[in-house]
Amino acid sequence: MHALLFWIFAAVAIVASLLVVGQRNPMHSVLLLIGSFGALSGLYVLLGAPFVAAIQIIIYAGAIMVLFLFVVMLLNAASEDPVTGYHARLIGGAGPRRLGAVLSLGLAIELFWALRNLQTAPLASGDQQPPATAVYDIGLRLFQNYAFAFEATSVLILVAMVGAIILARRERA
Amino acid sequence: MLSFITPELIFHLGIIVAAFFALQIAAAGLVYMERKVAGLIQQRYGPYLVGPLGLLQPLADIVKLVFKEELRPKAADKILFYLAPILSATAAFAAFAVVPFGADTDFSWVAKIPFVTSLTGFTGLSHPIHLAAADVNVGILVIFAITSMGVYGVVLAGWASNSKYSLLGGLRSSAQMISYELAYGLAFASVIMMAGSLSIREIVDQQAGYWFGFIPKWYGIFPQFFGFLIYMIAGIAETNRAPFDFPEAEQELVAGYHTEYSSMSFALFFLAEYINMVTVAAVATDLFLGGWHGPFLPEWLGWIWFFVKVFLILFFYIWMRWTLPRYRYDQLMEFGWKWLLPAAVINLLVTAGFVIYLGW
Repeated sequence: MHALLFWIFAAVAIVASLLVVGQRNPMHSVLLLIGSFGALSGLYVLLGAPFVAAIQIIIYAGAIMVLFLFVVMLLNAASEDPVTGYHARLIGGAGPRRLGAVLSLGLAIELFWALRNLQTAPLASGDQQPPATAVYDIGLRLFQNYAFAFEATSVLILVAMVGAIILARRERA
Repeated sequence: MLSFITPELIFHLGIIVAAFFALQIAAAGLVYMERKVAGLIQQRYGPYLVGPLGLLQPLADIVKLVFKEELRPKAADKILFYLAPILSATAAFAAFAVVPFGADTDFSWVAKIPFVTSLTGFTGLSHPIHLAAADVNVGILVIFAITSMGVYGVVLAGWASNSKYSLLGGLRSSAQMISYELAYGLAFASVIMMAGSLSIREIVDQQAGYWFGFIPKWYGIFPQFFGFLIYMIAGIAETNRAPFDFPEAEQELVAGYHTEYSSMSFALFFLAEYINMVTVAAVATDLFLGGWHGPFLPEWLGWIWFFVKVFLILFFYIWMRWTLPRYRYDQLMEFGWKWLLPAAVINLLVTAGFVIYLGW
């Protein structure tokens, strides 16, 4: 049963993620990404981490993607057209494409290597309840063991926010 | 074979089915109540022709909606146009799944009814049944996650209809939900800190008993009175009810995000709105008003208290709608970000201080 659910969620996550990139309509892309996040959340539940699963939905699917949708709707971008011009050549020209192909090949080899050397973790059985103190443990780890990484990440996000405000601000004439 | 069908499972399925139908009936009853209370407040009768006291009016409305023609604008996005109301209604039902509405109840007395044991072989239950569709140990987070999914129904309806009124309604809705979800979540967080648990059942059980022998130990009375206020205000905004009903402001947007919908797909939005109201009221009851705890009744009848409290909150909801005029949109945003959110943060900090230094 668990193996079956795992394959269903995994298939949904991968197919949805692939379709996100393949869609021309940004609205559909956003929705497929939400579907992918939902499947990921299901995988977390199977791993016996309901807290992470709920957080995944609340933060990614619930908050960030709503913002995405908001922006897509506000700009009312109907569909992506292939852009032309200098900048387009800079990203999508012949040279960058070859570089991209090499890089993706490298990534594929790396993934293959990583998966070969992977040690399979035992699949958590859903019957056993995760310990009641899971949230407590996560909190302690975040604010004691990984306090530096946690704070550094929050500063990084703050910097990004300030940067976005400065970029978006119009100079008063 | 079939050994997994235990009496516990059957009773649990019974609870789930009962909750499902109770929600639908509650939604229908709420529509009737809304119209009757509106009539009362505006000094008119409200529905009174269909059935005694107009009680069959919701039924007539449902029949009308079922038999209406399903219309879809030509330029609408076909898939998303039909997906949106389904998403809305599904999220509304799913959120209620983790809300407990009574103490764990032992249904073993059913075996004492004559002929039950001889006919079905049922002798008793090995453990009490949870009065909730699902007993999840991160219940509050699940509710929060699913309610935040509900906004997609509204936003997609607004976008897929390909109509400017719908689009504006959907945009307003997403902005409003993002703004008020923060205060909503912080009010949750204060209660979680007080209770030290994410399980709604445990939070409710911590509110049993009385201060000085007569004041109920409900979080909503003390010490989370402000948390309760913040939760209720944010909850009204989250369910798009007056005075925060911008996504469907009639005077400006015809009907907002569901302007282009008719027949049952409109009915699904309508259903979702009322079920969301019930869920907000039920969660408020569980987190702030002691859930099924109350005087006079034994614990296994606690669900009666639960329903009384939910009913009172819903009445308050309707009362608000017909009493207060709608805010202006800039006032809504200003209130949400400049008043409600800071108030929620202060409430959270004060709660945290109490928990740490007084050990509550």
